[in-house]
Amino acid sequence: MILLGELSLWIALLMTGWAATVSFAGGRLRRPDLVASGERAIYASTVFVALASAGLITALVTHDFSLRYVASYTSANLPFVYTITAFWGGQAGSMLFWCLILAIYAAIAVFSNRRSNRELMPWVTGTVAAVLFFFLLTTALKSNQFARLDFLPPDGRGMNPQLQNPGMAAHPPNLYLGLVATTIPFAFAVAALITRRLDGAWLAAVRRWALVSWFFLTVGIVLGMWWAYVELGWGGYWAWDPVENSSLLPWLTGTAFLHSIMVQEKRGMLKKWNVVLVIATFLLSILGTFITRSGVITSVHSFAQSPVGAWFGTFLLLSIIASSYLVATRLRDLETPVELESMVSREAAFLYNNLLLVGMAFSVLWGTLFPIISEAVRGTKITVGAPFFNAVNVPLGLLLLALTGIGPLIAWRKASTRNLKRQFAVPLTAGVVMAAALLALGMRDGYALMTYSLGAFVIGTIAQEFYKGVNARRRMYGEGAPSAFVRLVSRNRRRYGGYVVHFGVVVLFAGFAGMAFREEFDINLEPGESFTAADPYGDEWRFTSNGVSVYETLNRFTTASALDMQRNGEPQGLLVSEKRQYVDTFGNPTFEPSTEVGILSTWRQDVYLVFVGVTGTETAEVRLTFNPLVMWVWLGGALMAIGGLIVMWPQAERRKAQSGYMASLSPRVAEAEARALEGV
Amino acid sequence: MKARTRFLIGGMLVMSTAGYLMASSARDTAVYYLTPAELEAKLVADPDFRDAPMKIGANVVRGSIVRQPGGRELSFLMTDGTATYPVVYRGVPPDTFTDTEDVEVVVTGRLDSEGTFQATELLAKCASRYESVPGEGGGYEAGTPRYPDPGAGDANSAPAASPIS
Repeated sequence: MILLGELSLWIALLMTGWAATVSFAGGRLRRPDLVASGERAIYASTVFVALASAGLITALVTHDFSLRYVASYTSANLPFVYTITAFWGGQAGSMLFWCLILAIYAAIAVFSNRRSNRELMPWVTGTVAAVLFFFLLTTALKSNQFARLDFLPPDGRGMNPQLQNPGMAAHPPNLYLGLVATTIPFAFAVAALITRRLDGAWLAAVRRWALVSWFFLTVGIVLGMWWAYVELGWGGYWAWDPVENSSLLPWLTGTAFLHSIMVQEKRGMLKKWNVVLVIATFLLSILGTFITRSGVITSVHSFAQSPVGAWFGTFLLLSIIASSYLVATRLRDLETPVELESMVSREAAFLYNNLLLVGMAFSVLWGTLFPIISEAVRGTKITVGAPFFNAVNVPLGLLLLALTGIGPLIAWRKASTRNLKRQFAVPLTAGVVMAAALLALGMRDGYALMTYSLGAFVIGTIAQEFYKGVNARRRMYGEGAPSAFVRLVSRNRRRYGGYVVHFGVVVLFAGFAGMAFREEFDINLEPGESFTAADPYGDEWRFTSNGVSVYETLNRFTTASALDMQRNGEPQGLLVSEKRQYVDTFGNPTFEPSTEVGILSTWRQDVYLVFVGVTGTETAEVRLTFNPLVMWVWLGGALMAIGGLIVMWPQAERRKAQSGYMASLSPRVAEAEARALEGV
Repeated sequence: MKARTRFLIGGMLVMSTAGYLMASSARDTAVYYLTPAELEAKLVADPDFRDAPMKIGANVVRGSIVRQPGGRELSFLMTDGTATYPVVYRGVPPDTFTDTEDVEVVVTGRLDSEGTFQATELLAKCASRYESVPGEGGGYEAGTPRYPDPGAGDANSAPAASPIS
């Protein structure tokens, strides 16, 4: 099986090479037989990449330590789940995993377009195959996971304890699913540019892919934040590390695209911009891979310097040159006759939304690449840290939040004063009331005040939209509120799913702003000794040390500190933080000791305990932190994902339901309903 | 005025605000990123350089970490093979910070008048953490099974370098 896997990798490489060549040739020469051959080759290479993956998984599960990859990342006593996740835990395996996802996506894209977009498909197939070919080539030549050791070790090195966490098991696959999904829209953009078929067809074909990519990136990024928070023990979830930034970049441009696509659909504007956004999103996801694997930028998360870096650099450069050439030579085909009619219009709001998202992406890119730029320009490496990213992105983020509330309230083309007054009254009141209430409660942090007031404004907008929609249905069909609500959302998934995402964004921002009020204490406690502190809400907490305990479990030695907690005199249970020393099958220590933080999570705040060390034999050195509203970050992320799912839900089913339903109405009623559901 | 022109003006305003924020905060938060050898060269050229905020990327000298009992203060030596500096750090070091294997650190802070680096921030990455660097491979303690990683994939990390082979 393992040998078969290795062989399959090479066959897949040949297959994708063939697929790229005949697809491009077929497109150029208009030969359907070549195009068909290219598509069959895509299916075949998917099968072979899957076989190669199966080979690696077999090696991992059967603990074949003669494979360097298996020996380097797993050990005989590693829990089964993590033995599987080791597939993407290391550089070489994650490359194969990337190929596997791309191959599956390619097969889905080819299959779902077997009868549609036939003019574009040869070029789409060819582009995807070329990208896959590059990845397989890099994998096979520069980071082969089937490389063997010339001796058989008794046990593997084991997996880094920080990677033995459910968050780390789920974070990379989601991120990869999102990053890789940007390839398909890119391929469609390239195909549309080459064939000069730059009407709406290619956009319609990529919308769903852009959504899939956005969805997995969102989930992947939030899971990564969660992992950092529970595993790294520094008390936060986002450090503006280059590797974190590189996953945020395609998310920002992808989010911009999901908004600007609506402007092109409704008004035929922004053709150029949309093409550029799709290409930029793909390039940024490749750039992220390059940053993570090349070692050009120092990061605590990155894989160490490896030979694949140079390959990715070259690939990135070639892609930039090729796509710039394509866009530059097609500029005239991308002209649009439509002009912006008014500043006070939905499309203007979308334009500003895009400007802000791309501005944020640019500042993050600039800050991340700053060491490289400064070294090139001034000869010295200069870095910028979290303060830089916060200084730029917090104000821009707040403007974006404001637009989230404003956009849905103004009409397309040109909003009338009457429309504005009617639409803004409720949301604005909500924002003002929130600001006044928080000021009265004594909140003085400027950014936090703005975040919560704007958040209330946005929620006012969303609530008003739902209320109007539900009311319209109730009036028209006499439905009860609950069924009207369900039908409203299920018949306009895109719109109301989008509002759910916006709601998630508000909750997420509220969580971010909560961190402005975090409090941290470094303390040493003897057994029985207590420490008293007030949390940001003014409640008094008392922590009493139960001493330090030492014990042995399955694959580790553990030293733990336990604190008894009381809030305003009421017991809140025990908070435990551990230092773990992992051992291999022979009881030898592997890796450096790792810390497991203790967290008491509530919707108001997290009490976060980090066990630093022991003085003497019994005095626990700990760091205690009150982290307000952290749970809101996870909740906001979950809401965004749910909203994304609502938007993505298969269209065919929806279309059938809607057409059947609409057909039963007279045309005039149907039109009236459509207008009522538009809401404006 | 046409809407397009107005939008462009608004857009310029947003972009220039962003640009201003970027420029001003880059000026305030930028720090030099140097190796110990580069720091030494800078100090020769300009002795006042020690007061500049900087980040130093270096390796921890094996066995050099001294932890102060009870407090959260520790000291160690960092080197890049050419120059070596003592470092004092107050705070909670990350799990990856150890001197029993090759660990890269990035410390932020300033050099004091005695030539000791006073670090306010300490990041550490175990060289073999997620992946080994090329050239890594030998030097593991006997009896601890550790192997060069596949990503390295060059002659330097051939398994022959492993003590137990």
